[in-house]
Amino acid sequence: MNLITISGPPSSGKTAVIVKTIGALKQRNLKVGVVKFDCLYTDDDIIYKKLDVPVKKGLSGALCPDHYFVSNIEEVVQWGKAQKLDILITESAGLCNRCSPYIKDVKAICVIDNLSGINTPKKIGPMLKAADIVVITKGDIVSQAEREVFASRVRQVNPKAITMNINGLTGQGAFELSTLIYDVADKIDTVKGKELRFSMPAALCSYCLGERRIGEDYQMGNVRKMDLGEINE
Amino acid sequence: MNKQVFLELTIEETISKYPFMANYFSDHESTYKKHTISVVDNIANYSEEELEDFAIDVELTISLYYEYFKQTCEFLGIKEEEKVKSLSILPGHNKSLESEEYDELTISQGEIIAIVGPTGSGKSRLLADIEWIADNDTPTGRKILINKEQPDKKWRFSSGNKLVAQLSQNMNFVMDLTVKEFIELHAASRLIEGVDEIVIKILDEANRLAGEAFELDTPITSLSGGQSRALMIADTAILSQSPIVLIDEIENAGIDRKQALKLLIKEEKIVLMATHDPILALMADKRIIIRNGGIDNIINTTENEKAMLSKLEQVDKYLMDKRHQLRQGKILQMEELHVH
Repeated sequence: MNLITISGPPSSGKTAVIVKTIGALKQRNLKVGVVKFDCLYTDDDIIYKKLDVPVKKGLSGALCPDHYFVSNIEEVVQWGKAQKLDILITESAGLCNRCSPYIKDVKAICVIDNLSGINTPKKIGPMLKAADIVVITKGDIVSQAEREVFASRVRQVNPKAITMNINGLTGQGAFELSTLIYDVADKIDTVKGKELRFSMPAALCSYCLGERRIGEDYQMGNVRKMDLGEINE
Repeated sequence: MNKQVFLELTIEETISKYPFMANYFSDHESTYKKHTISVVDNIANYSEEELEDFAIDVELTISLYYEYFKQTCEFLGIKEEEKVKSLSILPGHNKSLESEEYDELTISQGEIIAIVGPTGSGKSRLLADIEWIADNDTPTGRKILINKEQPDKKWRFSSGNKLVAQLSQNMNFVMDLTVKEFIELHAASRLIEGVDEIVIKILDEANRLAGEAFELDTPITSLSGGQSRALMIADTAILSQSPIVLIDEIENAGIDRKQALKLLIKEEKIVLMATHDPILALMADKRIIIRNGGIDNIINTTENEKAMLSKLEQVDKYLMDKRHQLRQGKILQMEELHVH
């Protein structure tokens, strides 16, 4: 089974890109399954069910979605194998720009959209920098110049990745992506023992454990203060 | 240049040797604060904790930096012989797997081809085949040649050198910039010299196309539909690196479409235009008829059609004049429409 991890900022078009790509993969008689990771709510699983592909969803709730992802990925892989999938796609939303969900030796795709602004590529950390393929969406509604500027900013941050434009509405470009993600040789039976490409964002403080009250008296553990200079300056 | 030697240069030395890297360092100024030492030393100065905080992976960061330099050198070194002078589309098949019945369609620099066919007939697929340099490996089985030869697959993956630029009716400007800043930004992304002249050239050409003139300090988001379209076309013609331009239906309002096409041709673009507007379609040298996912026919614009074009243009001008008069606040007068 091939494992593909797809990430990207909220509403960048991950689901639309995956849906169109699955269409192209199915034409090659490949069995695809999807596991959707989100934080509070998602009904994307219904969209995938409509495509008649096996789907599972996981909501991280109060936990950092990245940590939730990595704590569950091995079980997800075993589920995919039990479903006899050729390709298992995981979709996770990058909620804090410091997300780092990619695994060494597992294909990583970052989806980012032209509308997010030209400084966005700079703001996104490992999720963009460490991706193998960067998919840029929503190119049909911005000007050619803005597309070129955006792509050049992506290239500055991650010149190693293959950069592609995909229209999530018409699917233009999705067939091409489908040719890049399946490789018989990329067989994965387990991710046990594999490593993340980069460490995940960390925190362990009283607020992680449910504290609501504000003020120094209630802050314990991994707490960091902003440098505001002299208050009376 | 040897990789090791390059990485040992101080940032100041790097910029003086390779001025195009200045842009990179100003965009990454938060990472590379000290210009008197090398990139590697800048990163070496960070503590473990800082590396964690700024999400810097030492090896990855340096390899990405070097990769950017290498690719940009290649990007700037595009040689004359690599220019796209012609594009050929070799036949594949339609959705019912019936072969497309034409030999080969070759489109040269400065040529305009119209694409006609109902929605969903396969226009997007044709465009995607061109952009992906199809090599019998797309759903249509078509093959694309550039300059009559099997092209390098680099076109597929290079983000700096895309083959096709697109212009469509739905496109908008989303940046909060003036016209001048916008063009400068686009030029900077292409590392082009002589930006000031290019800014003026694009503004002049755009104003020639637009019904109403605009200024360099006009915010791009407050341009009218026609002005936006005019700026997009002038900018694509002059500043886009893509040799092929695909136009998806330009609306009639507020823009001189004939001049727009002339500008693209003058800038040696290969123009493909999806349209059902008879004036545009007849301006093309040929038109491709798409049906059921395949190229059904290729028609050369006939002499008869070209003669008809001038009549259609007169009707169009009549309408445009009325539009202009309305905009000026005039009361329209009944005038006979004489078509010669």
